[in-house]
Amino acid sequence: MIYNEEAETLPREALKALQLKRLQQVVHRVYHTVGFYRRAFDQAGVDPDDIKSLDDLRKLPFTTREDLRNNYPFGLFAVPMSNVVRLHASSGTTGKATVVGYTRRDIENWSELVARCFTAAGITKNDIIHNAYGYGLFTGGLGAHYGAEKLGASVIPMSGGSTKRQITILQDFGPTAICCTPSYALTIAEAGTDLGVDMKSLKLRVGVFGAEPWSEKMRLQIEDSLNIIALNIYGLSEVMGPGVAMECIEGRSGMHIFEDHFIVETIDPDTGEVLPPGEPGELVFTTITKEAFPLVRYRSRDISRISTDFCRCGRTFVKMDRVSGRSDDMLIIRGVNVFPSQIESILMGIEGVEPHYQLVVDRVDTLDTLEIQVEVSETLFSDEVKELQNLEKRIKKDIKDYLGITAQVKLVEPKTIQRSEGKATRVLDKRNI
Amino acid sequence: MKVKQISIFLENKPGSLEKVTGVLSAAAINIRALALADTSDFGILRLIVNDVPTARKVLQENGFTLKCTDVVAVEVPDRPGGLHGILSVLSREGINVEYMYAFIERSGENAIIIFRFNPTDTAIDVLLKHGFTVLPGEQVYSL
Repeated sequence: MIYNEEAETLPREALKALQLKRLQQVVHRVYHTVGFYRRAFDQAGVDPDDIKSLDDLRKLPFTTREDLRNNYPFGLFAVPMSNVVRLHASSGTTGKATVVGYTRRDIENWSELVARCFTAAGITKNDIIHNAYGYGLFTGGLGAHYGAEKLGASVIPMSGGSTKRQITILQDFGPTAICCTPSYALTIAEAGTDLGVDMKSLKLRVGVFGAEPWSEKMRLQIEDSLNIIALNIYGLSEVMGPGVAMECIEGRSGMHIFEDHFIVETIDPDTGEVLPPGEPGELVFTTITKEAFPLVRYRSRDISRISTDFCRCGRTFVKMDRVSGRSDDMLIIRGVNVFPSQIESILMGIEGVEPHYQLVVDRVDTLDTLEIQVEVSETLFSDEVKELQNLEKRIKKDIKDYLGITAQVKLVEPKTIQRSEGKATRVLDKRNI
Repeated sequence: MKVKQISIFLENKPGSLEKVTGVLSAAAINIRALALADTSDFGILRLIVNDVPTARKVLQENGFTLKCTDVVAVEVPDRPGGLHGILSVLSREGINVEYMYAFIERSGENAIIIFRFNPTDTAIDVLLKHGFTVLPGEQVYSL
């Protein structure tokens, strides 16, 4: 099923013409309203009028997460704050978060895109959607919520957590669709089974899962344990939030990128060279309709592959494979984006903590776990157990306060964390997803 | 009147203690008393040794995290109620015992208990005032 038949099945030629027109507008707009883009374009020697074809896009410089950080919080907004109706941010309050803003029209567009996603999953206004994405600064909860309302479905704004309550609602309200992170879907399924609930005979029919890496194996697990069809949704807060791309129930192979709102390129993450479709590389997004926070050639750091194959659903949009990795060191832990550098700055803020630490990420049952191993220096060390336990608690609390994730802290003997030559190996990701 | 105690940070895993005893043994250090405080993932080994400076040096050379702390060695009459007598005095005077452990050797007819107080000096004054015997470091190391 298709929500916006005209837009989503636009012939490629017409789509390209639309993209070019919108690209030219956005390039002019950011050049004149955002100091950062004006300087960047000038430096690259590109004038907005030089963009005469879609291929000219590659004349423009990339925008990186670093640029977002340097312009924290509102430096890249292209409209006055009076036109911004919503703010979201990625995890972290250490000044390294990325903040995004939306005008009323941005929210309308975003809602439509998420409504398109739900429709692609076969969800209609007659469905009840159990939304267990976290509500708050994270784009997942409200993004899915507005899309569900736009579609006219009945939305249950569950947010994450309180798993037992989620199970009660699933039984009593009888939602027919669910959206959350794939690992949380498995948690709900297991917790329900443990409580003696037959999770396969709920009214759930379909699930829309995203915000963290998952695999075909997990898809089968979720489908089997909840007796539903599990589909993949893609998005990133910088570009918009959930709803940048969505798998269709007909094809179930790759996610259609809504190209009437975003232009996607694939690049070699090392050289920045643009790769032809079909080659795996880092995805780069340019938003062509966003008003408050337009992005030109934003390096997502997500590694994927673009396919231009025909899809039987009828959509003319290209498809992206599920994200296979990152070209930076960002970790996604229970749906929360975490950079080792954020944890490092928290640790360094605690007196006596040595810059020798390691992050061990694992998946126990269905939930991601993060263990922070910190070497105990003589300044930190005390002959009293309670002092060391206080230190562990302090680190744990700071991580929770700043990043919103629960970590285990483990004090280790000095020189036991492997020293590497050159780039330190800070992260040990044992998750076998 | 204080005794130097060496505390060592250890991870709670096989071989941790053995590494310490290996280093001390190679340097011909004799352990006079020890106590191990443990949690689920780490432990603190507290040692009284015959030669503190050498023990400290070799342990540091071998990469251990350690701390030297002042503790108090008190003679306790080796009979029922002996320890209770000391603790009653401390409790009355409002002195907190962070931790304590027994010494292996005896001093004449008495047992020796190692106490970690906070604050240490006040605790020593209180003990002396009540007529208890506090052993000086040199005597303890060579017992």
